[in-house]
Amino acid sequence: MAVQLTVNGQILKLDVDPSTPLLYVLRNDAMINSAKYGCGAGQCGACAVLLDDQVVLSCTLPVSSAKGNVKTLESYETDRTLSALNKAFIAEQAVQCGYCISGMMIRAKTLLDKNKHPSVQQIKDTLQGHLCRCGTHTRIIKAIQRAAQELA
Amino acid sequence: MMNSTHIARRHFLKSGLGLAIGFAWAPHLLSQSAPAALPGSLNANPKLDSWLHIQPDGKVVVLAGKVEFGQGITTALMQIVADELEIDMKRIVMIPTTTGVSPDEGVTSGSQSIEYGGIALRYAAADARELLLERASSTLKTPVAELKIRDGEILTPAGQSISYWSLADGELFQRPVSAKVTLKKRHTTIGQSIQRVDIPAKVSGKPAYVQDMKMPGMLHARVIRPPAPRAAIMSVDIGVVEKMPGVVAVIQNGSFLAVVASREEQAIQAREFLKKNTKWKMADDLPPSLSSWFQQMKQKPTVDTTVSLKQNAVNPATKVLSAQFTKPFIAHAAIGPSCAIALMKDGTITAWTHSQGMYPLKTDLVKTLGLPAEKIICIHQEGSGMYGQNGADDVALDAMLIARALPGKPIRVQWMRDDEFKWEPYGSAMIINMQASLDQEGNIVDWTHELWSNTHSTRPGEQIGDNLLASWYLEKPFTPSPVKNNPQPAGGSDRNAVPLYVFPNQKVVNHLLNDMPLRVSALRTLGAYANIFAVESMMDDLAKAAKIDPIQFRLKHLQDSRARDVITHVAKMAAWQKTPSASKKNGSLYGRGVAFAKYKNMSVYVACVADVEINSQTGKIVVSNLYAAADGGLAINPDGFKNQIEGGLVQTTSWTLFESVPFKRDGIEVSSWSEYPILRFSDVPNVHVEIINRENEKSLGVGEGSQGPGCAAIANAVANALGQRIFDLPLSADRVKAAIEQSKQAA
Repeated sequence: MAVQLTVNGQILKLDVDPSTPLLYVLRNDAMINSAKYGCGAGQCGACAVLLDDQVVLSCTLPVSSAKGNVKTLESYETDRTLSALNKAFIAEQAVQCGYCISGMMIRAKTLLDKNKHPSVQQIKDTLQGHLCRCGTHTRIIKAIQRAAQELA
Repeated sequence: MMNSTHIARRHFLKSGLGLAIGFAWAPHLLSQSAPAALPGSLNANPKLDSWLHIQPDGKVVVLAGKVEFGQGITTALMQIVADELEIDMKRIVMIPTTTGVSPDEGVTSGSQSIEYGGIALRYAAADARELLLERASSTLKTPVAELKIRDGEILTPAGQSISYWSLADGELFQRPVSAKVTLKKRHTTIGQSIQRVDIPAKVSGKPAYVQDMKMPGMLHARVIRPPAPRAAIMSVDIGVVEKMPGVVAVIQNGSFLAVVASREEQAIQAREFLKKNTKWKMADDLPPSLSSWFQQMKQKPTVDTTVSLKQNAVNPATKVLSAQFTKPFIAHAAIGPSCAIALMKDGTITAWTHSQGMYPLKTDLVKTLGLPAEKIICIHQEGSGMYGQNGADDVALDAMLIARALPGKPIRVQWMRDDEFKWEPYGSAMIINMQASLDQEGNIVDWTHELWSNTHSTRPGEQIGDNLLASWYLEKPFTPSPVKNNPQPAGGSDRNAVPLYVFPNQKVVNHLLNDMPLRVSALRTLGAYANIFAVESMMDDLAKAAKIDPIQFRLKHLQDSRARDVITHVAKMAAWQKTPSASKKNGSLYGRGVAFAKYKNMSVYVACVADVEINSQTGKIVVSNLYAAADGGLAINPDGFKNQIEGGLVQTTSWTLFESVPFKRDGIEVSSWSEYPILRFSDVPNVHVEIINRENEKSLGVGEGSQGPGCAAIANAVANALGQRIFDLPLSADRVKAAIEQSKQAA
């Protein structure tokens, strides 16, 4: 069945089952790397992407429900906030294995877009649904604070 | 040839010169009978060109057997080579570890990559530099001592120059690394917090993981694992699945069952169908619970080793303390489930894998697949963090078994979340019994540490047996390798069971279990996490009994000056005041604790202080602060070192407060994060890490150093806050609540 999808401004027409989770279409058809399979149940945040500026967990969202523009980390160069986060995560070396990081950055963007000076507590609250196993949390918080400073 | 060598050696032996010369002819004997002759991984890979190549285009190709999984080793190795070769790091091209191409450095584990791989590359690069200088000296007719190097250009005082790229030919590095060259004392890139080379791709959505690899014509596969260990297929309806959309093949070999589809979601759907519609003969042979397993552990047959024994006459003991500590099974629980891609082409089968050891993995793949060794290639491709042996090796075999059935088709297999939780080998449960005595002056006069555990390594690569999961379920099944313990001084289950403290009488005994109902293998730190928890808990309780400040009490029993330094350093960082007093405020209990360990007694020194706040109603612990001071000798990349110590502290907070793999007789009771909650942002402590950099000391492994002392400092802080100790991990809210209730009743 034909499904139409917009990813980072590009329109894709796909012949897939409409119930297919958005994640697999992003990774295998739209050639997106950033959104990752972590749990398939919306419990870890590794697959987070933006749908019209709202965070969605692409591992559980059917592709047919992704009506609007899907934005992923790949578009960071054309997004002021994602670009600041990209630089800040490098500056703070806020990555160990990094498998969870794209989801963290996507979630952080939604915070920074509405709050120019988030507190540590607000950052923690925003990222509560995202798991990191390497224990990079403290650096992730610092990187988001650094990006906020750059954007302010 | 064999014969004449044999005769010749006998001749020398008779003449009394045999020992040295005989060994020179039989290098394999060296590793068994004599101390290592060369630094680190050079012993197994002595040739210079197995490590380094200089290309005419100005690139330096580096081959390494230690692999990246987010710990920053690739960057650190590049820094080492750039420093000794006096080149810009940008010239270095790192080749992914590949069997048949890269040096065989075994497994990337045990915080050994800098101590083994790093030192080998450092000597290789230093040797290369000296060879190039000698060659330049004769070409430029200038003594070596007068030559200078600037990014690979060798310069004379008169202004002449010649580059590495024009000097190096194919032959120059075809020689053993002498390892006699003096290593550089003044560093350029070593000691700098150079930004990691793997990070930019990871924060820009570029392909960075094996999970991201895409190949033309690639098919997606999933494995349908049994509901529980050792279950066997009774019946499976393959015909129905073969008709499902996109399904290309269903592969069954004994009780190994996999499905291949054009699209990933189709493979997942077919797997779901097969999971529901396959009948299994259950083994129902797991222990009914963790507590029953703890009871069984002490009754099962064990291999007993006295790891350390010291006997001396001492003052009479005035106080005796004893306690039993336990640690549950802990999962690696990587965020990204394991993944591999395999391709069978022209009779050769290749796997792209995030295994920690390409060569050990290949050893078991050769056994399982029954192919000649030269027909199997393993190429490293980074995956999600692993923290020891998770499903990475197993999924490589899964992919190869499927790819072998479908020649010419690249096969991508990723485990689903429940596959990873149910089938990864866990870190073993442990029981530790401790007893220690104090004399009148508060000196520890005797110390006994007795532990029961499964092995902490069942990795592939052993001579006997096959340690890859799917191999045990094939029509002609393989059996795992015999159980063994990693030998001391590094140790396995007994890692860090021998304390660094100096006691006149000491006995450490390891009871290694043969029976292994739950699959276990290496989890970051092996036995050290639980042993340090027990040792450092005991030290605190003894300090309390002796009425001595816990920091002073530790210093009193330590001779190693670097150990003493990290402890006094962390005390200063945390503004430690003598014997922390617990406090109560607004329904919360506050406590502070300290702990120390030198990882494996031969790697990084780490001392920690923890501050905790406990909700006296719910029993929930919040670790508010974790301070750590760490000494890893010469720090190759100080920020990378700090990142590892910080990460270890946060991970150990999660292990210590929350984690235990639930199971019952008919299976592992975890399939999602709901059943295995780990630390989330709300539970992240404020982490403060300081490095003591010792430029004249050798670089030590650091990656696993903070896990044990971090746990023990939290446990000591909790004991301080509660006024009583919890001896069983994890320090869950339920246990804390029960302890508070108990003390109320006692009062």
